[in-house]
Amino acid sequence: MVSLTEDPRRSSEAHGHRAQARKSFFTDTSICIGCKACEVACKEWNRNPQDGDLELLESSYDNTGALGANTWRHVAFVEQDQERIETARESGRQLVDLGMPSVGPPPSSSANGNGTDTKLPDTNEFRWLMSSDVCKHCTHAGCLDVCPTGALYRTEFGTVKVQEDICNGCGTCVGGCPFGVIERRDEGIIRAKTERNQSKYAQEIPNEGTANKCTFCHDRLVDGQTPACAQTCPTTSIKFGEHTDMVSQARERVAQLHQQGMTEARLYGANPNDGVGGTGSVFLLLDEPEVYGLPPDPRVPTKDLPRMYKQTAMAAVGMLAAVGASFVLGGRR
Amino acid sequence: MAECHPVGFQWVTEAKKRGARIIHVDPRFTRTSAVADKHIALRAGSDIVLLGALVNYVLSNDLYFKEYVRHYTNAATIVSEDYRDAEDLDGLFSGYNPEDASYDPTSWSYHSRSGQEKVEEPGTEAEGEYAEPEEYGAGGPSLKHADLAHDDTLEDPNCVFQLLKRHYARYTPEMVEEACGISAEDFAYLAESMTQNSGRDRTTAFCYAVGWTQHAQGAQFIRTAAILQLLLGNMGRPGGGIIALRGHATIQGCTDIPTLFNLLPGYLPMPEAGEHNTLQDYTGAIGSRLQKGFWANADAYTVSLLKAWFGDAAQEDNDYAFGYLPRLTGAHGTYQTLERMLRDEVDGYFLVGQNPAVGSANGKMQRLAMSHLKWLVVRDFSLIESATWWKDGPEIESGELRTEDIETEVFFMPAANHTEKAGSFTQTQRLVQWRHQAVNPPDDAQSELEFFHELGKRIRARLADSDDPRDRPLQALTWDYPTDEHGEPDAEAVLKEINGSYVSGPDQGKPLSAFTQMRADGSTAGGCWIYTGIFADGVNQAARRKPGQEQDETAAEWAWAWPANRRILYNRASADPEGKPWSDRKKYIWWDEKEERWIGKDVPDFPVKLAPGTKSDPEAGGPEALAGDDPFIMQADGKGWLFAPSGMVDGPMPTHYEPPESPIDNPLYGQQSNPARIVFPREDNFLAPSSNQPGSDVYPYIFTTYRLTEHHTAGGMSRFLPYLSELQPEMFCEVSPEFAELVGLENYGWATIISPRSAIEAKVLVTDRVRPLTVGGRRIHQVGLPYHWGTGTDAVVEGDAANDLLGITLDPNVQIQGSKAAQCAVEPGRRPHGKQLLELVEQYRRRAGITVETGNRRLTVPYGESEANTEEEG
Repeated sequence: MVSLTEDPRRSSEAHGHRAQARKSFFTDTSICIGCKACEVACKEWNRNPQDGDLELLESSYDNTGALGANTWRHVAFVEQDQERIETARESGRQLVDLGMPSVGPPPSSSANGNGTDTKLPDTNEFRWLMSSDVCKHCTHAGCLDVCPTGALYRTEFGTVKVQEDICNGCGTCVGGCPFGVIERRDEGIIRAKTERNQSKYAQEIPNEGTANKCTFCHDRLVDGQTPACAQTCPTTSIKFGEHTDMVSQARERVAQLHQQGMTEARLYGANPNDGVGGTGSVFLLLDEPEVYGLPPDPRVPTKDLPRMYKQTAMAAVGMLAAVGASFVLGGRR
Repeated sequence: MAECHPVGFQWVTEAKKRGARIIHVDPRFTRTSAVADKHIALRAGSDIVLLGALVNYVLSNDLYFKEYVRHYTNAATIVSEDYRDAEDLDGLFSGYNPEDASYDPTSWSYHSRSGQEKVEEPGTEAEGEYAEPEEYGAGGPSLKHADLAHDDTLEDPNCVFQLLKRHYARYTPEMVEEACGISAEDFAYLAESMTQNSGRDRTTAFCYAVGWTQHAQGAQFIRTAAILQLLLGNMGRPGGGIIALRGHATIQGCTDIPTLFNLLPGYLPMPEAGEHNTLQDYTGAIGSRLQKGFWANADAYTVSLLKAWFGDAAQEDNDYAFGYLPRLTGAHGTYQTLERMLRDEVDGYFLVGQNPAVGSANGKMQRLAMSHLKWLVVRDFSLIESATWWKDGPEIESGELRTEDIETEVFFMPAANHTEKAGSFTQTQRLVQWRHQAVNPPDDAQSELEFFHELGKRIRARLADSDDPRDRPLQALTWDYPTDEHGEPDAEAVLKEINGSYVSGPDQGKPLSAFTQMRADGSTAGGCWIYTGIFADGVNQAARRKPGQEQDETAAEWAWAWPANRRILYNRASADPEGKPWSDRKKYIWWDEKEERWIGKDVPDFPVKLAPGTKSDPEAGGPEALAGDDPFIMQADGKGWLFAPSGMVDGPMPTHYEPPESPIDNPLYGQQSNPARIVFPREDNFLAPSSNQPGSDVYPYIFTTYRLTEHHTAGGMSRFLPYLSELQPEMFCEVSPEFAELVGLENYGWATIISPRSAIEAKVLVTDRVRPLTVGGRRIHQVGLPYHWGTGTDAVVEGDAANDLLGITLDPNVQIQGSKAAQCAVEPGRRPHGKQLLELVEQYRRRAGITVETGNRRLTVPYGESEANTEEEG
């Protein structure tokens, strides 16, 4: 037994001839302009309700806050001063020095072509980071592991999806996600106040009372379409494609940025040996993950199950032995 | 650009990936700054100092593109000896008339070769009068002829080059530091980046939006950039130019086929009452037959337009129904109309996709003016504030209006959105892109096309039997568009009419393929001459969608660009005077010796057989008069204008003036603000005192208004949508930590911002993205205000409107309001309501001693005196 958690390749193979190469996002935050078009396109396509209380969240230009039942793409805004930029650059440099797998040499020479200079960007005294977060579609997905009804499943694209007609809203998956992505949808507003939206075209809130998260636009994938967020991203900060290709693009880009002196650039989710076996949504970040509200070392809660079962089994055996011994020893009396 | 035009920013991202350096100059640090190589903050309204200093840097360091400047610009042209520069007259140019605060541009004219006669505008020299700005179409200024005096050595003290050098000599890096608050180091970075990235091998582009235009001399901001780009050889070449980022989809389209009071389609000017009684008076005033270039054929464009509009009713014997066109009696811009509304001179008003109650300067004046109307039609998606001010606007709360007293009848007509109707969008590259209808509009919503077609049909039905001559134009109008089963007119039929066709002769009924086929004899019709060719061969060329990957970089088969599907205007300038590309890297259009014609990657913007070495025929006019090195074919002398002998009503060269409300004295001239600006000295439009005037310390801080990515202008298309409202739910102001400390503002607390017009409240964002500047030896604070919110209960989110704070002062060239630099006071906490709000605003005004004269006195130097002094010195 390798692991009790799922092997995405095997489980997508369960789809038989419909199984496809694993699909992934690569979100390159170094070219994100924070326009939030991904948030809006996602909500439009999935008809997800409005989030929040229509008040400023006190977090720069971010008024969505976090991923949840109604928000499946979330753009973080981080304002940083010079000191923090230098810290980020230094911590990134240390990752390079440690020879992290994400920062190997560029696979091709194209990174330094076209007159790209290698000097540092000129705005050093202040920066404003933006990053579009999304469900990670983990290799070892905690939500899927813990779901008691089988509502969560691995799709033929290697992504993780809720079947809303099976989900009973128990909420076990909410605690199972190391990223805090999945959530129960309780209520929400989808319509504008004005009459235009009270017409026959107005829609009701879908999937109330069930667990909700990014579907990777499964309904678009089956038609050969790109997920709504990636489709709408004007600067191609959100890229979509086959997992292996996304990871290699991400590695190439981070190497390019390092060559330009931006040692703060690093990958998140590209390491298949991390606590979730790598993610289906790979990110290029310009600072440590915590800065963007991402856990630095995510672990799927079921990761320890094999060890725990083994220990439990050993304990049980020991117990049995002890009980047996007590009989044996006791029988002597 | 990333902040307000995120979709267009994809090309900047791509350019950056290929190694382009992106520099963002803006008072605030935006999402654009976040991804630019460098952000340079400046004081709002000081841009001409910065751009003028770049001009000076290029000239004094001899960094201009010598061959380009000598051959393609008017650098060598000699200007009249009567010309006096702003440097001589302390901020004024010669020809200023203090009585009506306008210029007689006669002394700015070119010298003609004979040396005696000034080259004036045709048709005006007799009375010594000069054109009002609204008289020009985009052809703008004309010249009587093109026989001009030159000094090719550029050394004559009266040649444009020397005048330019002298005019900008005091625009130094030190002055930039003093006036803009930009360090010498940052200026050097900018200047070096631009000059090193210009020349034979490289080009630099400017992108701008209303941060440049919405000033009391906004048009001159753009002119300064034009001078710089001409000096660096960045016009008419790939990767160059000055790119206007439009604020809405197809804003370019609605100046091409205009919703502006002073233009007819294709930038033909609107005729003036009394001036243009006949067709000949009119076309003669647009372009002399003896000037160079394509405006000399304005008669063919005008007659074709009249044939398109009036069909058979337009005949030679009735001047092609020229008499049916309305005439201008002066400026009828939105703000002049506002004044007339307040004087009860306007009965009815159509608001089509416009929300002046929130989006226009001095919001209170806008709303009060609407209460003087008999009827108001609002066509929009939702019940915007301009449709609901009578029940829940700010004046209802303050008691200035009572719903039961308002007699205005408000009609709300729901509008179809862009996916619910077919039509076109024209963007800043003049690319016309066709849209197909995706779904039918919901419920009663209608397209503009259907609404106006139906309105026209009903009005015409009512007037069918009229014999009143004033109804004749409506009766004669061609108004027969085919409609579908829902009553929607066929948008392509309108496009065909715009394209034009032969109305007689062997090709009768066939579409025209180029505007050069248009004739002034009534044999052709066409609704907008520059769009001719968009339906060439009976095919909707705007609907072409061949992917970019399947084409070269020009992508000539994606949609259609006016004129003639040309992607870069004046592209003759992409080749040297001999017709060879300036460099292989920037190769675009060149002269093919064998074929004896211009060829290349784009449609040549030049007579295709006109050889590079051809000399100009001084006797000829029109396109035939162009020389082989006259790339600027729409200019009356074929040259790019470093100096504008006419056409700009407030000076031939851009000059720095302080905004009408400014914290400092003009560091360059005694003349404080634009002496030709349009003012509205009224008790509902008080201005704050500037600089060292008494009371200026009452409104000590600059405020500037702007947009956020999440919202669209006055919010009609965003604050009514939950998905956009949640992203930016509340009105806020952005201030620096230093300012917050100074005024006592708490991060995410409330602030009240007070101007002489009104006071508003906003949540406070304290951020390092806003930085105080040191200007004129003083610490200058700027308050940033997004202008998307307004008061009205129908939107998902509401808030105080930033535009309520703005006063009205207009640029005299294009009548745009200044809304990017004004003065305010700031207090911590929320504002009072009702009468107390009015009292607060009044209290501040009293403290500052404001009268209607404050900020509205245009001349601030002793004009006659300084001129006399100069003459004595001379």
